[in-house]
Formats: sequence, C-alpha cells, structure tokens
Amino acid sequence: MNTLVLWFHKLGSPPTFHRLAGALMPWFYGIAIALGVIGIYGGLVLAPRDYQQGDAYRIIFVHVPSAWMGMFAYFFMAANAFIALIWRIKLSEVMAMASAPAGATFTFITLVTGSLWGKPMWGTWWEWDARLTSELVLLFLYLGVIGLYHAIEDRRQAARAAGFLALIGTVNIPIVHFSVNWWNTLHQASTVRLLGPSKIDSSMLWPLLVMALATHLWFFGTLLARTRTGLLELDGGKDWVRALVLTDGTRAAPEATAITEQAHG
Amino acid sequence: MADFFAMGGYATYVWVSYAVFFIVLALDAWAPRAQRKRVIAELRGRLKRRRAREEAPV
Repeated sequence: MNTLVLWFHKLGSPPTFHRLAGALMPWFYGIAIALGVIGIYGGLVLAPRDYQQGDAYRIIFVHVPSAWMGMFAYFFMAANAFIALIWRIKLSEVMAMASAPAGATFTFITLVTGSLWGKPMWGTWWEWDARLTSELVLLFLYLGVIGLYHAIEDRRQAARAAGFLALIGTVNIPIVHFSVNWWNTLHQASTVRLLGPSKIDSSMLWPLLVMALATHLWFFGTLLARTRTGLLELDGGKDWVRALVLTDGTRAAPEATAITEQAHG
Repeated sequence: MADFFAMGGYATYVWVSYAVFFIVLALDAWAPRAQRKRVIAELRGRLKRRRAREEAPV
C-alpha cells in the first residue's frame, strides 16, 4: 500500500478520527463565531438599505446561508451514505447520520426566517409555492432519516436503512434548487450566482458570503461533535472506548479511577 | 442607535429572525455535548456492572 492509502486508512480508524476531531472541533466553532460576528456586523450595520425592501431584506444574511447549508448538508449526507452503502466504511455511516440533525437545523431556520421575511414582503407567512413546498419536503426528509435511524435497534443496520432513504431523497435537491426557475411563483429568483455576475451589490454580497463561510464551518464543527459521539456508541465494547470512558475528562468521577486501580491490582 | 433598532419599521421581523438563527444554532451545538455526556455515562455504567459481575463470588 502506498503512503496515501495508508494515511487514509489510519484517518478513517475510529480512535484516530475521534482524537483528531476533538482537536479540530474548537477551531471550527471558534472561526465560525468570529466570521459570524464580522458577517452580521457587515449585514446589519455596514450594508445599505434596500431600495425596494427597506431594512426587511437584512433577513437575507441569516436566511440564505442557512438555505445553502440545508442543501449542502444533504449533499454531504447523501455522499457519505453512498460511500457507506457501497464500501461499508464505518466512519462514513456515522458521518452520514451526524449530518442529518445539522441539516434539519439549518432547514428549520430557513423555513422560519423565510416565513418572517414573507409576512412583510408578500403579506403572508406561508404559501404553497414550489420553493417553499420543496424546502418543507427537505425538512421532512431529514426528519425521516433521523426517525428511521433511531427506530432500528442495530446501529449499523439502522445507518444502512436511513442512508438508503437519504439517497432516495436526493431527487428533491434539484427541485429545491431549480424551483424558482421552473415555476414563476412568489419566491424571488436567486440573486447570487456562481456563473455570471450576481444581481446584488458588493456591499451586500460580502457579508452574505462571509456568513456562508461561517455557517459551513459551524456545520463541520457540529458534524465532528456528533461523529465523535456516534463512534463511541458504535465502538462501545472496544478497548479504546473503554479506556476513554474510564479516564475521559467529562467530570471523571472518582469511582472511575477506583475502577482503573482495581483493574490493575 | 434607536434608528438602528427600529430597522425601518421591520424591527420585529428582522430581530426575531436573528434570534431564531442564534437560539437554534446554540441548541445545535449544545445537543451533541449533552448526547456525548449521556453516552459516556451509559458506557461507564455498563462497564462497572460487568466488572461487578465478574468479581462477584460464585
């Protein structure tokens, strides 16, 4: 085996990943919060008022990054579910299931903030518009994946079944993305584009992109946190977990040391 | 400053949106921490019970 494959194998081993993720996690959270402060300052204070929507448009700085994350998390979950189903990689199984709650969180925020934006702009909290409906379906898909995962006793079988559901749900992703182009309804079309110029002034664009970066980092922070716990659950009987459970700093109770001493004596 | 908080008359919608964003994401960070503590406590309990069983006089 060449060194790259070897390195990959080592990284994928639960104890190594658990340790590495624990070291990286605070950085993801920390940088996400720092960028979030900058982005929100830019969005609420520095960016000018919109000529059509007044200050109500400022909801965009939390709404759109959350919507992007809802999609990104789904993509990440489906990719890991695919890897887990084909190659049976334990880490991918755990990561797929760890991204579901994070994705559901962002999708929920998108729906609530969208509703709060829709009321003053459209005059309604909710409309069965193509974008809104497909976004709601996205939330239900996340909840379905989480529900199915917790309904099955065996952890690995549960991850496979839920991963399969996640893969089927992928059909909804292009529908969410293109709904504003396919059906000309209430929700406005995209203003930020990867190809071609964005239809938004740079004074509004940069806080939006900073917020997008912040939410991505936040996602990976919570993903690592959930993956670590998932690995502990899955490897519950293994030596590395046993050692960690007995010595771990989460308020290591005095009896834990007593047990370790007993074990050695 | 009051002008800033008034958000051109859209204060409720804007500030509630930001509050939802922060509160829900704070829960998103808290949930895995709580879960981790629960899992570790459970594994520790299981380990202790097994030790106790093994050491009990037959």
